[in-house]
Amino acid sequence: MASGTPGTERNRLATAGARAATVTSLERQPRGDIWMGNIFFAILLFALTIALVGLAAIILQAAINGAPAFGWNLITNGPSTLNPEEAGFRPAIIGTIYLILGVIVLVVPLGIGAAVYLEEYADGTRWWNRTVELNVQNLAGVPSIIYGILGLAFIVRGPLDLGFILVAGSLTLALLVLPTVILASREAIRAVPPSIREGSLALGATEWQTIRRQVLPASIPGIVTGVILAISRAIGETAPLLLVGAATFVTFNPTFTGDNGYSALPVLIFNYATRPQDEFRVLASAGVILMLIVLLLMNSFAVWLRNRYEQQW
Amino acid sequence: MEARDTIGAFGQRGPARPVPSLEAPSPRYGEKLIKLSLALCALLSVVTTTAIVISLLVPTIEFFGEVGITDFLFGTNWAPTFEPASFGVLPIVVGTFSTALWGMMFAIPIGLASAVWLSEYASPRQRKLIKPVLEVLAGIPTVAIGIFALIFLSPQIEKVFPFMVNVPPFSAGIAGLAIGLMIVPIIASISDDAMRAVPGGLREAAYGLGSTKMKVATRVVFPAAISGIVASLVLAGSRAVGETMIVLLVAGASPNLTLDPGSSVLTMTAFIGQTATGDISTGSITYDTIFAVGTLLFIITLILNMFAIRMVRKYREVYE
Amino acid sequence: MTLEVNGQMTEKERKENLTLPSEPSQEKGLSHQIAVKADGDESGVDVWAKDKVFEVKDVTVSYANKAAVKDVTMDIYKNEVTAMIGPSGCGKSTLLRCLNRMNDLVPSARVDGEIFYHGQDLYGPTVDPVQVRKMIGMVFQKPNPFPKSIYDNIAFGPRVLGMDNIDERVEKALKGAALWDEVKDRLKDNAYGMSGGQQQRLCIARTMAVEPEVILMDEPCSALDPISTGKIEDLMAELKEQFSIVIVTHNMQQAARVSDKTAFLIVELDATENNRWGQLVEYDETEKVFTNPADQRTEDYVTGKVG
Repeated sequence: MASGTPGTERNRLATAGARAATVTSLERQPRGDIWMGNIFFAILLFALTIALVGLAAIILQAAINGAPAFGWNLITNGPSTLNPEEAGFRPAIIGTIYLILGVIVLVVPLGIGAAVYLEEYADGTRWWNRTVELNVQNLAGVPSIIYGILGLAFIVRGPLDLGFILVAGSLTLALLVLPTVILASREAIRAVPPSIREGSLALGATEWQTIRRQVLPASIPGIVTGVILAISRAIGETAPLLLVGAATFVTFNPTFTGDNGYSALPVLIFNYATRPQDEFRVLASAGVILMLIVLLLMNSFAVWLRNRYEQQW
Repeated sequence: MEARDTIGAFGQRGPARPVPSLEAPSPRYGEKLIKLSLALCALLSVVTTTAIVISLLVPTIEFFGEVGITDFLFGTNWAPTFEPASFGVLPIVVGTFSTALWGMMFAIPIGLASAVWLSEYASPRQRKLIKPVLEVLAGIPTVAIGIFALIFLSPQIEKVFPFMVNVPPFSAGIAGLAIGLMIVPIIASISDDAMRAVPGGLREAAYGLGSTKMKVATRVVFPAAISGIVASLVLAGSRAVGETMIVLLVAGASPNLTLDPGSSVLTMTAFIGQTATGDISTGSITYDTIFAVGTLLFIITLILNMFAIRMVRKYREVYE
Repeated sequence: MTLEVNGQMTEKERKENLTLPSEPSQEKGLSHQIAVKADGDESGVDVWAKDKVFEVKDVTVSYANKAAVKDVTMDIYKNEVTAMIGPSGCGKSTLLRCLNRMNDLVPSARVDGEIFYHGQDLYGPTVDPVQVRKMIGMVFQKPNPFPKSIYDNIAFGPRVLGMDNIDERVEKALKGAALWDEVKDRLKDNAYGMSGGQQQRLCIARTMAVEPEVILMDEPCSALDPISTGKIEDLMAELKEQFSIVIVTHNMQQAARVSDKTAFLIVELDATENNRWGQLVEYDETEKVFTNPADQRTEDYVTGKVG
């Protein structure tokens, strides 16, 4: 419950609100109030419906528009400017898979490691730990295109100077979703009650033994949920890849370090969508559906996982 | 004190065993190493921020060596790749705010109404169903939303309201609508959390005094959760300003200094995304321009984010 | 401070050891008459001459520079149950948590004064809290089993301490906590499926499995029903043959039933009534504290006039 000065202020506000809301409380509810309440409820439902219809429209529109191009071609064929009917996404899909593999390898240990440090080891009263914490929160809100700039200036060129290779794209995407993974993992670790840690430490377990064998196993569902959501964000991210060299018409399968270009699914979808011919737009829609199927499966699994293991304490 | 050093011997009762040392049997370097490497993971975020700032600032400083800072900030003509070049950033700043503004105008009522419904009206079962659906909406890649706006929304809206699309298929208003669709879940989700964090006692007190459900929602819960709600709006605003793919696809590419929703505009993100794709050479003025615009975008979103973080902390402090 | 483990004490040390308990009686606010007892008890059984596990000397614990409990001096003896009672906020739990350095987990906590564990300074610079907790186990107010199977709950401690014969240890600990017959057929079941009383006995068994010397119990029955409480109290009587037990309780009857010695703490207020802290009022044999307390405040509390 509220305590201290900000709380009392909030309570005062709320109490005043309650009082204002109930000046006529002793009388029977006027007909007008009932009407107002019903209209209000209708407005809420209407707004929610718009949001849900919007969601449905995005998916349906892509499905209807992309249906003619939907088939194995999408997965097995490469892009083509001359033959849109034959064109597909193969090198881009492989590129995305490689990119995401790189992201997972980087983000899982780094993100969970940082979260464990901030939740379990860091003394929150020290300024440097608070700085790191604030910094992570801020990084989570930095626009993705800025990460593209970072990738271009720091990873592709500049200090790391990797060139326009797939690994550079992976690194950029990893940095982009790292704060999300850290925040979600922290949340999951924080949900483990302190009594579990105390119980373990009181038996003579060390801090790390406690973390490894009690805290992490108990917070795994939450962490996995966070990682999946972060990965699915990385799959759909397009803007930063434009800057770090994901080209569009790569017809061969990419490698991690090959310097003759790589592509990614959302980048190729974007490119197809910007072409004026209808065939390419159909292709783009089919690509969107492909991507959405993967993402919806991943997200549904993540949400299911979270609901399944929520609040077992 | 000396005597105490040796009185550790066990007495007559209980199993006689020596008192073990209280000192660590080993220095446990492993534990220290683990803690250090975990700290390094956390430090990586600071390194990232530093790297972002350095990569933005160095070319930006070079840029301002060639372009006056007032010419940049207050100039009304954006033509960096033309001859003669002009670097007045106002048109693309206004373009950015135009799309974000239309997006917010759509998303605020929809998002807040959804949040009120979720937190005050929905049954636990309805909540459990609807909230994940909204989260799925949050997980749709923006490129997909952009394509939806380009292929479907723009032509359909043009048919009904031609004034919304001056240069088919590009329109700031339609880009805004798509951005709005993107940020509705952010507003709904965070505001719902904030409203649900309001202690049930406040609601019960108000009901006890005879308030209607609507009055409880609008005059008790909503004001009590206001800092969380504001945080959600600011965070959504920051996302709207930073969105790239939707504006790249639907907003057009003309740096028009206007808030007209029917006009085609160029935003800061769209400029970066469009210009940086080409293989531009390091050190050229065009290259530096990308970073100058990036710095401006970074500063704007940073201010918004800091503000939102502060507001979120405020409501967490109060109720958690 | 280093420790030399000697099997036998010299005569001189023995004497000093015997006279040591007289020190606390000279402290302000303390009232038991050990010195008299030590010399004058005709039966020859001197209850204050047993081996000491802890010597608490002028201990003040503060959180964020605010004292939670002040100037406590008391000795805790081997193979006994020592109870700490007092009104809420008197710092009894805080004091208990100092004895196995659980307070280290609170960044703002500070311990002044000295606590000796078998003569070793518990807060000495070379002392390792992990090592301390291996020897001084703790059972908490709310049962806190790990989200694992019953077996793994017990096996966790021995495993992380690198012990062998895990199966045997699990069985021994469960039998020791009088839980074996109830759970032997469902060792692989999650501990969360047990009743509250069973969970708390599981936590006691878990602590026993690592073979500590001392078990600290922080209001172990406050979340339990009377039947479960009775079982745990019975258990304590058996456990003190093997372990030394320090129990914090708000339940006076419980202290009277289970403990050999009782410490009574109260809440002190300063003149401005802005600061409150715990203070040790009386520490003596349980029987004496409850039947013939030396301090009026103790009497008022145990007879139910206050608190």
